[in-house]
Amino acid sequence: MSAPHDGTTVALAEHKSQTESRLERVSRSMTNALIPVVGAFIIGGLLLAVLGRNPFAFYGNVIDHGLIGSLGRQETLIRMAPLLLIAAGLMIAFPAGIWNLGTDGQYVMGGVIVAALGPELAPHVSGFVLFTILFIAGFVVAAIWSLIPAILKAWYGINEIISTLMLTFIGLRFSAFLVKEYFYDRETTVPQTRVLAVADRLPRMFSSRVHIGLIVGLVAVIAVHFVMRNTAFGLRLRIVGMNPKAAIHAGMNMKVLTLAIFTLSAGFAGLAAAVNISGVDGVVRAEWNPAVGLLVVPLVFLARFHAASVIVFIAAFAVFKVGGESASRKADIPNFMVLFMVGLLLIFMALGEYMQLRSSRKHQS
Amino acid sequence: MNGLFSELFISSLVSGGVIAGIPLIYAGLGEAISERAGVLNVGLEGMMLGGAYGGFVGALHFQSTWFGLMCGGLTGMVISLLMVVLCVRLNSNQIVVGIAITLGAEGVTALLHGAIYGDSYPRVPTAHPYAIPLLSEIPIIGPGFFNHHVSAYFAVACVFFVSWVLKSTGIGLSIKAAGDQPHALEAAGGGVHRTRTIAVLSTGLLAGLGGAFIVLVGAGLFVPFVTNGKGFIAIVLAMLVRGRVKWIIVASVLFGMSLSLTTALQLAGVDVPIDLVLMLPFVLIIVVLFAFGRRSYLPAALALPYDREQR
Repeated sequence: MSAPHDGTTVALAEHKSQTESRLERVSRSMTNALIPVVGAFIIGGLLLAVLGRNPFAFYGNVIDHGLIGSLGRQETLIRMAPLLLIAAGLMIAFPAGIWNLGTDGQYVMGGVIVAALGPELAPHVSGFVLFTILFIAGFVVAAIWSLIPAILKAWYGINEIISTLMLTFIGLRFSAFLVKEYFYDRETTVPQTRVLAVADRLPRMFSSRVHIGLIVGLVAVIAVHFVMRNTAFGLRLRIVGMNPKAAIHAGMNMKVLTLAIFTLSAGFAGLAAAVNISGVDGVVRAEWNPAVGLLVVPLVFLARFHAASVIVFIAAFAVFKVGGESASRKADIPNFMVLFMVGLLLIFMALGEYMQLRSSRKHQS
Repeated sequence: MNGLFSELFISSLVSGGVIAGIPLIYAGLGEAISERAGVLNVGLEGMMLGGAYGGFVGALHFQSTWFGLMCGGLTGMVISLLMVVLCVRLNSNQIVVGIAITLGAEGVTALLHGAIYGDSYPRVPTAHPYAIPLLSEIPIIGPGFFNHHVSAYFAVACVFFVSWVLKSTGIGLSIKAAGDQPHALEAAGGGVHRTRTIAVLSTGLLAGLGGAFIVLVGAGLFVPFVTNGKGFIAIVLAMLVRGRVKWIIVASVLFGMSLSLTTALQLAGVDVPIDLVLMLPFVLIIVVLFAFGRRSYLPAALALPYDREQR
């Protein structure tokens, strides 16, 4: 199975970088990342035009409601928190060559436990202690959930792409089962957990609705960036990703490393759910599925696992997600534009990768 | 629990298993061809979904199940062209492109359906079953197995046809060589790119047919995300049968039964939490991966792009 890192591309890119100034490098990687985005917007606009909607009005509304309007901007910042944490997890898994495509299941499993635990604990502990327990609970539950694909991969050599995708389907059903059978609030008619009182939720910042989860997300992304690039542990993970055989020759314990990669990566997805539930949602309904994990995948690749770029891309994505909801409502189309555009983004990314490889080959010969 | 072995339960389980299993046969067969040729098609779910929507539109437009199925197959094939261009010709990462196709197809079909049919939710013309004489008169299981739309029997015929092609024809040999020893194929004067292109296009066609079957014969209408993971299940089934494509039929019907278990249990009046039952097929996949995954035969050059310039 080929690793997410295209070995040749990386090697060539690094070879080139020695002859380039830092500024050139930054501007080149920015253009490389922007071309797929522009491509996705153009094709997305064409689809809107085919449906008889005005693409300029649609994109205008996206910016209006996602970025310019104060309520929308706050919503964007709130949405960024869990997205950043999921991205932080993927920034561990992908460079290490592990395709963790099950973040949606990990998110929901962590979230259900946090949502059930929160209202039970809130009367006894509060503030910092409560949030610490909930964050750890979300992280640990998702990490345990990911042990299934991790063990299958590490001990039985079973490809994690399929197993993590399947575990998302299982996780969604299993969490719905948990809510309906055990965690439901007896005072409501719809199956959902008890609500975490607004007073017990994460503190807010700048006298807005934005809670401190955003800080947690930003710190996580930057910390992961630092660990992956500047520590021995991070180097080990990247070697595993780039050349598993070399890693084995260097005496690394692949089984333990695989478990570590899975649990850390999934843990961040669980933490994302914990932050979102203790920050804004306060409750989990049966059949709850935010389905954002897979959408973060191309963003992390586009950003080449670099913290600053990840933050920029996640912010832009959150703008589009929040703004897209209002814009879709105004255009009277269902809210699936984001899903379509992320698919396009991945396709253009693959194209861009090819162009880059071709141009660097030309340089060489 | 006395309902569990009743006639009603068994016949509805068999019949539902076949209806849910046929799309898996189509898609799993397609994936098997693609995998033999060295292309891991993670976009199968997206191609099925595209076929489901294309088939739905075609059937509504022509008011015919057969035209619908054709449109579905063609849509799947058109989507697989993306995979041909990106993965076979330009050597892009097969997994990234596969996910892209799945997400993109989910988004675009849901958008188109919502924008065009969101107010009316039209139903497609009924697909009339054809009862095979004698066989369909077997008590209890006869109607379940042998009273279906002709496209269900066609799926089984396709499996035997593909199995024959792989075993006894030149193109079949090329397909296997493209997956196992691409350089040898090229050295012998065959074309890896051409062979893989044919394989991926057939995958798209079959996945599209499978998706169209879900809508036209199974559900009777299109809803967003109607394939609901069947594409991924088909990928695992294709890995599982390890090149012996005829086993796709058995595996698909068994998985189809687990998919249709909810309805059968409800008919039998057994009270089991619905979510656990709906979880079952996916749990089964994990169990199957665990039990057989290590022994599963995968071509040597699977998921590796073929590049003439690199040796």
